[in-house]
Amino acid sequence: MVLRQIEGSRGVAEAVARCRPEVICAYPISPQTHIVEALSAQVKSGALAPCEFVTVESEFAAMSVAIGASATGARAYTATASQGLLYMVEAIYNASGLGLPIVMTVANRAIGAPINIWNDHSDSMSQRDSGWVQLYAETNQEAVDLHVQAFRLAEEVSLPVMVCMDGFVLTHAVERIDVPEQEQVDAFLPAYQPRQLLDPAEPVSIGAMVGPEAFTEVRYLAHARQMQALELIPRVAADFERVFGRSSGGLVRPYRTQDAETVVVALGSVLGTLKDTVDELRDQGHRIGVLGIISFRPFPLADVRAAVGQAARVVVLERALAVGIGGIVTSNVRMALSGNGTRDYTVIAGLGGRAITRASLREMLLAAEADRLEPLTFLDLNRPLVERELARAGERRMSGPAAENMLRDAGPATPWIG
Amino acid sequence: MFQVRVHGRGGQGVVTAAELLSVAAFMEGRHAQAFPSFGSERTGAPVVAFCRLDDREIRLREPVTDPDTVIVQDATLLHQVAVFDGLRPDGYLLVNSARTWAELGLSGFAAGFTPSRAAVVPATQLALREIGRPVPNAALLGGFAALTGQVSIESVVAAIRERFAGAVADGNEAAARAAFDEVRAQSAVPANFGSSHGA
Repeated sequence: MVLRQIEGSRGVAEAVARCRPEVICAYPISPQTHIVEALSAQVKSGALAPCEFVTVESEFAAMSVAIGASATGARAYTATASQGLLYMVEAIYNASGLGLPIVMTVANRAIGAPINIWNDHSDSMSQRDSGWVQLYAETNQEAVDLHVQAFRLAEEVSLPVMVCMDGFVLTHAVERIDVPEQEQVDAFLPAYQPRQLLDPAEPVSIGAMVGPEAFTEVRYLAHARQMQALELIPRVAADFERVFGRSSGGLVRPYRTQDAETVVVALGSVLGTLKDTVDELRDQGHRIGVLGIISFRPFPLADVRAAVGQAARVVVLERALAVGIGGIVTSNVRMALSGNGTRDYTVIAGLGGRAITRASLREMLLAAEADRLEPLTFLDLNRPLVERELARAGERRMSGPAAENMLRDAGPATPWIG
Repeated sequence: MFQVRVHGRGGQGVVTAAELLSVAAFMEGRHAQAFPSFGSERTGAPVVAFCRLDDREIRLREPVTDPDTVIVQDATLLHQVAVFDGLRPDGYLLVNSARTWAELGLSGFAAGFTPSRAAVVPATQLALREIGRPVPNAALLGGFAALTGQVSIESVVAAIRERFAGAVADGNEAAARAAFDEVRAQSAVPANFGSSHGA
């Protein structure tokens, strides 16, 4: 065991390097950049070899290079965030549609406009139906460990895997990380054995046009593979624990949910703050627990249902917004609890880097416990700021750009909230 | 849990200060979490970084709003940014300046603190002397070690040496040790908060 006090990005880069990727392609975008910077240094120094580091001209090219590399039998890795993820979307669907086991880090960041470099889950959530497996890290240790598991999982089920970690909150946090050792990773992760291979010696074509006669079946196969992943993810996590001696990954992670009347569901780094909040509430006699979802795709319906158990209500804390309806995770959780009679609340929090504090969580959870919470709540919403802009737009036709108006109304930000 | 907030300006090594502090605590077997405030970092713009120290795993990810210690790397922020927000009178305050509390216009404010827990140290001057550049962060960590006792000066030096090499490491170490001695000397005598509150 080698404990180091390092930045999350650095830890992920070290873990990815020990997975022996053969092709890494990258285009820089905050907050992902530190990861591929560290990897490029390892390739340049020869510490990571054999590996080709391809600097590309866009994220679309990054994913396209990953697809090409993977199809020729190379273990391929890339990383992106936010607008970069959106720019590669067409290729993202191709990677999963072709069943290529690429691993990609998404350093979660908001999507513009308005432009915002800070953390939320809008980027990866927009790709939830792209056919990729999506795993969300709660801590930097888990982000590191999930990457090692991701290559194994991807290659076993022939599906690409996104490892999602909160941008800045995790990527730029310096904390204690047990970096996996090379011998351990080698024992856990066998060499990549492709199911399909572009090889001049034995030519095949990959990416045929498929008409109505088989398209449904090919798509169904993608779903069947995700259902295989649902079975495989806990086994991979158990294997990981056997080799590395620590628990990481899996489908869901319940915390103090036994006998809970209220269960808060969330993904990612906010789970730590939630657990601290729930500990305080438990000490004061509140029957409340937390359910972390690690695997959002495939979505573990049965595990969520079992973990929520007999709770009277769930509060789904979401770091993304489905504009026009509300919660994304909520609709998935609701499907898991169908017929259960569990009340559900959606809380949109932490958009664009808005800090999610214990104080706000506590107040919100007490309101939920008393069933005083709105079905759709925006945590810490500055309602007067919204109303002022709505009034402005109502008063005159040429009310101007809304974001600029609201920024001006909001005044200077407290420099450490954000 | 012991929480530290570092205020400074882009280019002064504010984020590095929080990171080095976390490394020093880690070297003592403690849990530590350092993170920046994720603003639009530009040279000269106000920057904030945080560091939490604890004997068990740190799960909390919110910004530090109720710090046990505030470190101010640039005294021009004192009347521009709300650097003292959430700092209790029994907390620790460390300001980088060659001036006195009175000259900083803070004699009344500083007098509210436990005298042995508030210190002004000329970290920029120490850095100029020892490193040849106005980067006060390592010196302030030496001052922090003397003021709070949360980490030893030897751990601060070890963290500096892990990050830097050669003359830069030597200079930063010398600046940290000088600030450590300076703050320790201040703590040994009652603080002088200025003429109206003089000890």
